[in-house]
Amino acid sequence: MAQPLLKKDDDRDDEMEYSPFLGIEKGAVLQEARVFNDPQLDPRRCSQVITKLLYLLNQGETFTKIEATEVFFAVTKLFQSKDVGLRRMVYLMIKELSPSADEVIIVTSSLMKDMNSRTDMYRANAIRVLCRITDGTLLTQIERYLKQAIVDKNPVVASASLVSGIHLLQTNPEIVKRWSNEVQEAVQSRAALVQFHALGLLHQIRQNDRLAVSKLVTSLTRGTVRSPLAQCLLIRYTSQVIRESGMNNQTGERPFYDYLEGCLRHKAEMVIFEAARAITELSGVTSRELNPAITVLQLFLSSSKPVLRFAAVRTLNKVAMTHATAVTNCNIDMESLISDQNRSIATLAITTLLKTGNESSVDRLMKQITNFMSDIADEFKIVVVDAIRSLCLKFPLKYRSLMNFLSNILREEGGFDYKKAIVDSIVILIRDIPDAKESGLLHLCEFIEDCEFTYLSTQILHFLGNEGPKTSDPSKYIRYIYNRVILENATVRAAAVSTLAKFGATVDSLKPRIFILLKRCLFDNDDEVRDRATLYLNTLGGDGSVVETDSAMKEFLFGSFDIPLANMETSLKNYIQEPSEEPFDIDSVPKEVKSQPLAEKKAPGKKPTGLGAPPSAPTSAADAYEKLLLSIPEFASFGKLFKSSAPVELTEAETEYAVNVVKHIFDNHVVFQYNCTNTIPEQLLENVVVVVDASEAEEFSEIASKPLRSLSYDSPGQTFVAFGKPEGVPAVGKFSNMLRFIVKEVDPSTGEAEEDGVEDEYQLEDLEVVAADYILKVGVSNFKNAWESMGPDCERVDEYGLGPRESLTEAVNAVISLLGMQPCEGTEVVASNSRSHTCLLSGVYIGNVKVLVRLSFGIDGQKEFAMKLAVRSEDESVSDAIHEIVASG
Amino acid sequence: MELCPLVKNILLLDSEGKRVAVKYCSDDWPTNSAKEAFEKALFNKTQKINARTEAEITMFENYIVVYKFVQDLHFFVTGGENENEVILATALQGFFDAVGLLLRGNVEKKEALENLDLILLCLDEIIDGGIILETDANVIAGKVASNSIDAGAPLSEQTISQALATAREHLTRSLLK
Repeated sequence: MAQPLLKKDDDRDDEMEYSPFLGIEKGAVLQEARVFNDPQLDPRRCSQVITKLLYLLNQGETFTKIEATEVFFAVTKLFQSKDVGLRRMVYLMIKELSPSADEVIIVTSSLMKDMNSRTDMYRANAIRVLCRITDGTLLTQIERYLKQAIVDKNPVVASASLVSGIHLLQTNPEIVKRWSNEVQEAVQSRAALVQFHALGLLHQIRQNDRLAVSKLVTSLTRGTVRSPLAQCLLIRYTSQVIRESGMNNQTGERPFYDYLEGCLRHKAEMVIFEAARAITELSGVTSRELNPAITVLQLFLSSSKPVLRFAAVRTLNKVAMTHATAVTNCNIDMESLISDQNRSIATLAITTLLKTGNESSVDRLMKQITNFMSDIADEFKIVVVDAIRSLCLKFPLKYRSLMNFLSNILREEGGFDYKKAIVDSIVILIRDIPDAKESGLLHLCEFIEDCEFTYLSTQILHFLGNEGPKTSDPSKYIRYIYNRVILENATVRAAAVSTLAKFGATVDSLKPRIFILLKRCLFDNDDEVRDRATLYLNTLGGDGSVVETDSAMKEFLFGSFDIPLANMETSLKNYIQEPSEEPFDIDSVPKEVKSQPLAEKKAPGKKPTGLGAPPSAPTSAADAYEKLLLSIPEFASFGKLFKSSAPVELTEAETEYAVNVVKHIFDNHVVFQYNCTNTIPEQLLENVVVVVDASEAEEFSEIASKPLRSLSYDSPGQTFVAFGKPEGVPAVGKFSNMLRFIVKEVDPSTGEAEEDGVEDEYQLEDLEVVAADYILKVGVSNFKNAWESMGPDCERVDEYGLGPRESLTEAVNAVISLLGMQPCEGTEVVASNSRSHTCLLSGVYIGNVKVLVRLSFGIDGQKEFAMKLAVRSEDESVSDAIHEIVASG
Repeated sequence: MELCPLVKNILLLDSEGKRVAVKYCSDDWPTNSAKEAFEKALFNKTQKINARTEAEITMFENYIVVYKFVQDLHFFVTGGENENEVILATALQGFFDAVGLLLRGNVEKKEALENLDLILLCLDEIIDGGIILETDANVIAGKVASNSIDAGAPLSEQTISQALATAREHLTRSLLK
């Protein structure tokens, strides 16, 4: 074999440092690997060569397919040697090479021999190697040995098979699930780590069976779990069970809380911390429940170990977001952490203090932070800026010192994200604190005088155009704005022209002077700038006469744009792809706000627990549905799709057939789209239909049904049922569903279905069409403006008692989901400890009627919730309908 | 939150940020260049920090990283954003101390490279596919260094001296001199 020429690693040559791998070359090492084939094996030399190979792989070197195969076959020869050290290296090498299926067969028998060896180390390692490289087919052959190994008296062997079980569960769940008895026995093992691994596997086997998990937790929390790691697992499972079971309403006691609290006195720090964190994350945790956890975290704050300080301050920081008062006790310890060597800890401490601090401590805190800001990285600074913004909103009286702080740091060096965070904060403060408006706007004006970021300049100019004209002396901003027209690049110039025009349109006294400035812009060398200036001059009556600009024109030029940009983009793309004579119609753009997949992903406790479970793809709903429905001739005449609901599950997880339904609402019709999945490999379903009983939905009448011809294993299919309903009326009702089909047996080896089938039925859960299905989530950019422009003509106000509720958040969310409207301006979030809350919603009602809702919630002494509901819309019957939804919900 | 504590990677770098030995158990870094970029950025962020007496910790690219340095060796253990920091620190301590035992207290890059087989076996005994196998340094070192363990004797009863004896024996046959 010719040795490939490899270039030497040059920078190593002049290094005086001695390394055993100096000048190592892949080609040479592969040559050396020939010693594996010697009839008289030299274990020491073979070990050396394997180490060299592993070194190369570890450094990121890759072997070609041929090289890897050659090495693999050579390595298999080494099973002949009895040397233990060498055998360990062989195991490592095989795992590292991850051989292909046909290669695995070569080593299977050797590994199986080792699995039954009397040497424990062989057994343990052979199991790990074999399970790593095997595929499902081999697993049935070795299953017997693995089950034995789980209860092996040597803990290393037991752990090896349990951990392998956890990995195999992802690929071959049905086999691993058969080991439950052995695993259960291993949970009782005296060896700490075996207990940990067994508990991990047992829970994963049962994770879809809530009752079994609950039982497991109940029995183990009473007993003694020895290993700290296993204890941590148990705490996690316990909080999962608590999450799913909710409060015990009779006594107000939380099940398992005593166990969690007991863990706070455990001797291992990892268990104490895990328990403290679990308590702080309990949903709706009370301050009485929180206190013991806060106390141990407070102790951690003064630990000598950075890891403990970090863990504690990070957890307290999260607690401070919802229960600021509970954390106040730690403030003194927290303040000493501001000077912590570890900047992550210091930043977390500061932001926590900003959340928990009271009004009197703000000034002192700001002084400390000013010193601190200069020596931390941008990423930390952004966190601090965000915290200061929320602090300022909490204590509006302190806006002066906080605003000053923000404008000071705005002048210092910093990257784009940092500057953007500051600007965003100032903008929010201006919006929410009227007193801060004038000083804030001036700070922004000064900033754009010397701003290197085009994006920020244009944003600020736009904002200035909205807010500037409403101030006491709008004329003082003109200089800053016109300076942009003289000094900046074309993008900023164009933005400045628009801002000038806004001032001109709103402030009549400035109009003549603005027109003079705009006329100068007509000679700009950029098209966009000139075009804008021309447009504004002509539409605003730039002939020099001072006339009142009419409001329709203002709306046209500066009105809010209520179509989501993403929807606009897709519609325009579609329009360009299919050129037509007709002009683009902006009313054809759907106004539905797409659900944000990001927000769903962050939902706590919903994450798949397994390693390999893929996250469900976000539904890029409306367009796809509309296309799908239009392609079905029966439904083509239904007109424009108004709304499609999110899929509603009609079966439990892990049943034979998984079915969910999407409700499509049209003006005169409703179409149910049943998405069916067959999870049994041995079956083929044909003529699948859903038989719908609409006896509890009187206003609906079934008009069409589209069966699914065949449904094979694991490939989802759809069947549809369509109903007619009175036009424009938000008819509601309950539908019961039965899945009916013909089952045919499938031979799994050939995949062929038998000729004859049997008719069968499968009961699905009921489905409801509710009022919220008739409301589209459509946001408005500025709720106040929209509310005022709607006028009080069609306003309906009423008060409702909501009865006892768990929390304000829960009450707010319940009403939002009942109405199915889009919360505006982040008002769906309820501040902690508040006794009242106002929530703003907007939407479009069927028939394309805009609806705005203002909800005011309050609590009286006995946890009785009350709500004032004010609705404005373009049609009073719609306002009444909204009230009806709430009244009947 | 992951229900089972998981380690995303364990790194052993030298004083210039170059690899001595690394083990990744997560698909978060699919290519070697992604891995190297992570190591480089992490090293640059942490190199000036004094992590020689106590293990230090940082939030890095939405991971929790605990680390500890000795001589010209930098030890790192990375976990997910929501991982229990103390568990990661325990794994780090186990790795750190086990390497100390295996290298007979002579913990430096040269020694580590000369005994790279021990280091690699050590990594292999600490985690398997992200799941922590063992955190007790004595047991880890014992498993790595022993040529055979008695079937009956629980591993935890292996003493440091036993572990050291076997390590020493291994050393006499040190692969490259």
